[in-house]
Amino acid sequence: MSKSKRPDRRGFLKGAVAGAAALAAQAPNVTGQQVRAEATAAPAAGEVRVVDKPGSDFMVDVIKSLGIEYVFAMPGSSFAGFHESILNYAGNKNPEYITCMHEESSVAMANGYAKVEGKPVAICVHGTVGLQHAAMAVYDAFADRTPVYMILGNTQDATRRPSEVIWVHSAQDPAAMVRDYTKWDDQPVSLPHFAESAVRAYKIMMTPPMGPVAITIDTELQDDQIPAGTNLRIPKMSPSTPPAGDGAAVAEAAKMLVAAENPVLIAGRMARTPEGMRLLVELAELLQCAVIDQHRRLNFPSRHPLNQSNRAAPGGKPLMVPAALAPDLAVGLESGDFYSSLRLIRQRNPQLKVINISSGDLFQKSNYQNFQRYTEADLSIAADAEATLPYLIEACQKLITADRKAGFQARGAKLAEASKQALEKARLDASYGWDASPISTARLSAELWAQIKNEDWALVTDTSPWIHDWPLQLWDFNKHYQYIGGAGAEGVGYAAPAAVGAAFAHKRHGRLPIAIQPDGDLMCANGVLWTAAHHKIPLLTLMHNNRAYHQEVMGLQGLANRRQRGIDHIQIGTKIYDPFVDYAKLASSMGVRSEGPITDPKDLSAAIQRGIQVVKGGEPYLVDVVTQPR
Amino acid sequence: MKKWLTAMLLVLAIVLMAQAPAGNPTRGKELFLKNGCYECHGTVGQGGTGPRLAPRTASLAYVRKPAGQMPPYTPKVMPDADLADVLAYLMSIPAPPPAKGIALLNQ
Repeated sequence: MSKSKRPDRRGFLKGAVAGAAALAAQAPNVTGQQVRAEATAAPAAGEVRVVDKPGSDFMVDVIKSLGIEYVFAMPGSSFAGFHESILNYAGNKNPEYITCMHEESSVAMANGYAKVEGKPVAICVHGTVGLQHAAMAVYDAFADRTPVYMILGNTQDATRRPSEVIWVHSAQDPAAMVRDYTKWDDQPVSLPHFAESAVRAYKIMMTPPMGPVAITIDTELQDDQIPAGTNLRIPKMSPSTPPAGDGAAVAEAAKMLVAAENPVLIAGRMARTPEGMRLLVELAELLQCAVIDQHRRLNFPSRHPLNQSNRAAPGGKPLMVPAALAPDLAVGLESGDFYSSLRLIRQRNPQLKVINISSGDLFQKSNYQNFQRYTEADLSIAADAEATLPYLIEACQKLITADRKAGFQARGAKLAEASKQALEKARLDASYGWDASPISTARLSAELWAQIKNEDWALVTDTSPWIHDWPLQLWDFNKHYQYIGGAGAEGVGYAAPAAVGAAFAHKRHGRLPIAIQPDGDLMCANGVLWTAAHHKIPLLTLMHNNRAYHQEVMGLQGLANRRQRGIDHIQIGTKIYDPFVDYAKLASSMGVRSEGPITDPKDLSAAIQRGIQVVKGGEPYLVDVVTQPR
Repeated sequence: MKKWLTAMLLVLAIVLMAQAPAGNPTRGKELFLKNGCYECHGTVGQGGTGPRLAPRTASLAYVRKPAGQMPPYTPKVMPDADLADVLAYLMSIPAPPPAKGIALLNQ
């Protein structure tokens, strides 16, 4: 390009495009290639570089057009242009920048937020070192089918990397590192290309099965002036309807369900929205059949008489369908490890019929093995279960005769009685170790429930297997947002940031978020406590402080005993001791009010009361509770 | 069938308990903690990842030849005398207050 054609970088954009609406309304009159070529021209020697209308302003317009309200990020130079545009061009609103202290926390926070709010936030990371930090949380989100919109900073043009640091922070293909566990990514080379890919990424991310996507933004594309006369356009967002099951297959499934003597519905990540939960209740009540909620989301009210989840083997996720149900038909609804769920009942009844409804069949990748074992089924419907349920309900309604209905009522009554007995058994089990110190996780859960049951509460941490599923056994969960499951890929370091992200989503609704926080998990990236304090995110955290990576304690202990070597040394590398961590001091050092450690269960009630008062005042609070191992 | 099986297991457990040498519950508690039994069963045998052991549900024989996830505790890593002390500790743990009488568990 000749020097005469180079854009004047000083006071350039007086007549240029000003806002997103105008941008969106106008058709492009230059190609992406032209924009890129002009924008990336190097400044002449001695030229003072002033930019009035950087490309990142347009990028922010695009993000704004997608309805993304927040950007969770730890700062990084490779997306500094985008960062500056959020603050000074968008006025730090829609999106608002939420300061994170670790990229893994940014993504896990985004995961927790999306599961509560049903919509994503964006996260920004360096395309190299930031994404490397974030990778575990990205895999968690992928395995958990959660939408996370990732923006990766990078400097593509090797001749425009002014320092050693920029070189080591650049990559030829930044998203390659997470491509095995993202749904889609792109590295746009122009602003029009960015707009189209950004909208496409959002659409792909939100189509079930949902998952994280990544858009790499080039530093020069962010920083360079938008050439004069450029009419950039933002494509219209065209969300896809979730894929529902084929009509004939749904009719066949209804026929099998109505004919079955003891059908069981097994729901994993079925309820994407509150409507999913309502539909599952409608189907179960129509058939008066058993439901097993695998709690990857809250699919079914915990105390619904048809909920048989608590009849599963004590402790651990209710992956296994209780043998006592003796089903003749099992229906998987976005069930993650469906093979394991069926193992026991298949052994008992080799004639068991199986229907699998899952969007997992529509999208799989091969390297990471989150897809679990292959499940043999009599009818497999590749579709989103929530979107399919209305048609399945309608098809069942057409087939139910008066005789069948009478049989269903008798079946439902038996299930209701079994469910009641399971709750009584859970209460009896919880009474053992009631006054123990360290405090039992059952006591902790019961003390919490007593004080939140009349509030608009939500539990933002996983309960299984860390605390023996006590809340799901003892509490009355009846709203979809009250439980969001755990880390999809079981990565340690997810719980604390996901809890803060979820609590942030609850904040606008005025809810009372509660976290029962594993100690080892908090030690991964505890800077998220500062984020909670800084952004005044109300969250009551009760530490489940068993002073160990307890899962690994048990694993190593088992190995040592099988090898007959004793367990004298298994605390090395598995227990958190010498010194014990003072989580109350840790929290207060970051501006989170706190107390503890509490070892006497009689002190717990008052501490929880104090915490709730602070949280209701709009701030986070942490109570360090020294607990039994599980 | 189920009731019959339960009754047989109960008899078996009682027989095994009766056969167990008398132990020292104080030392048994120390060993219960030192040997990591509490990691799966809780410090007062209330249950956790592993089943409840107290009051009066533990079996000496099972420790030697467990099923499922539990690792075997052979005499090499836990001599009979130690095991007897642990059993004595578990037998000494009193029953909890009735669940029906705990207000927090009835809401």
